[in-house]
Amino acid sequence: MAPVAPRSGDAIFASVERVNAELFTLTYGAIVRQLLTDLEEVEEVNKQLDQMGYNIGVRLVDEFLAKSNVSRCVDFKETAEVIAKVGFKMFLGVTASVSNWDAEGTTCSIILEDNPLVDFVELPDTCQGLYYCNVLSGVIRGALEMVSMKTEVTWLRDMLRGDDAFELQVKLLKQVPEEYPYKDDE
Amino acid sequence: MKQYTNVLDRPLSKGKQEVSLSGFAFLFSELVQYNQTQVDNIAELERRLEDAGYAVGTRILELLCHREKGNRRETRLLGILSFVHSTVWKVLFGKVADSLEKGTEHEDEYMISEKELLVNRFISIPKDMGAFNCGAFVAGIVRGVLDNAGFPAVVSAHFVPMEGQQRPRTTILIKFAEEVLQREARLG
Repeated sequence: MAPVAPRSGDAIFASVERVNAELFTLTYGAIVRQLLTDLEEVEEVNKQLDQMGYNIGVRLVDEFLAKSNVSRCVDFKETAEVIAKVGFKMFLGVTASVSNWDAEGTTCSIILEDNPLVDFVELPDTCQGLYYCNVLSGVIRGALEMVSMKTEVTWLRDMLRGDDAFELQVKLLKQVPEEYPYKDDE
Repeated sequence: MKQYTNVLDRPLSKGKQEVSLSGFAFLFSELVQYNQTQVDNIAELERRLEDAGYAVGTRILELLCHREKGNRRETRLLGILSFVHSTVWKVLFGKVADSLEKGTEHEDEYMISEKELLVNRFISIPKDMGAFNCGAFVAGIVRGVLDNAGFPAVVSAHFVPMEGQQRPRTTILIKFAEEVLQREARLG
């Protein structure tokens, strides 16, 4: 049987059920506000958002692999491209771009110009250390960990802090080979 | 993209942008899971979800009044109810609510029903949580809209089992405050 060709981000997005982005934006805003009220420390909120993102990423990758039919990525470069073009489009309806590859091909930047999470948002002076979209870094980290890649994801540019785009730096720490839950000879 | 110094100066989007349902469902499930860690009982959990929804409701009212209704304000009860049932539902959930009914037992009660609330699509309630309904989030949205439009009310979400259907339908029960009914009576 010929392998099914991977579907483009636009095609998948057109075929999944969609909801209004404003509901999504406002719900995310409510979550961040709740966290700020409960935790008060901006660093704690950043960590909690990352953890929530991680939980989401771990489950999201299953749906991603099921719907997108991508074959195993040959290298990290392909992985990053797939995340930016297919992954972001499929779930958030926006495409990201990949750039700033380093010499070894283990670090890159994913750049988002359009971000549905931050519509209508302005960071007040009391929350200047807040990475509002930190859930995204957790999602990428969680999803990649499920496909055996340990990564570190950090924010380089943040539009809420006055930059002109959102830039995430994804650094591949190591590839963890798949562990089988049983030994061959038992 | 042009940078605006003040977020209020940015042009308002048309509201046509979409995200995937599963993206929203993941986010909502994290909201519920996070709140579960912060509370000891179901009533608290419902209250927290409602509070989160209240914030959404306040903002969606402002946004829609400006964008859809040209800043016209609803002053009559039926006007605001039909705004919630049609406009708000259409924008947030992509369709108008299934039904809007007046309560038979009490003058101040109205019910908006939905066969399957969008937020409950991927949620199953374990038996030990009894009558807990994540629709409390939507009840909060409705309360936020009504409160800020000048129609204070107590809003709650309930499951109503239906004949011949496996999943119960959800009813958002709206109980208006005394002052709203008095004002309505005066307006004739």
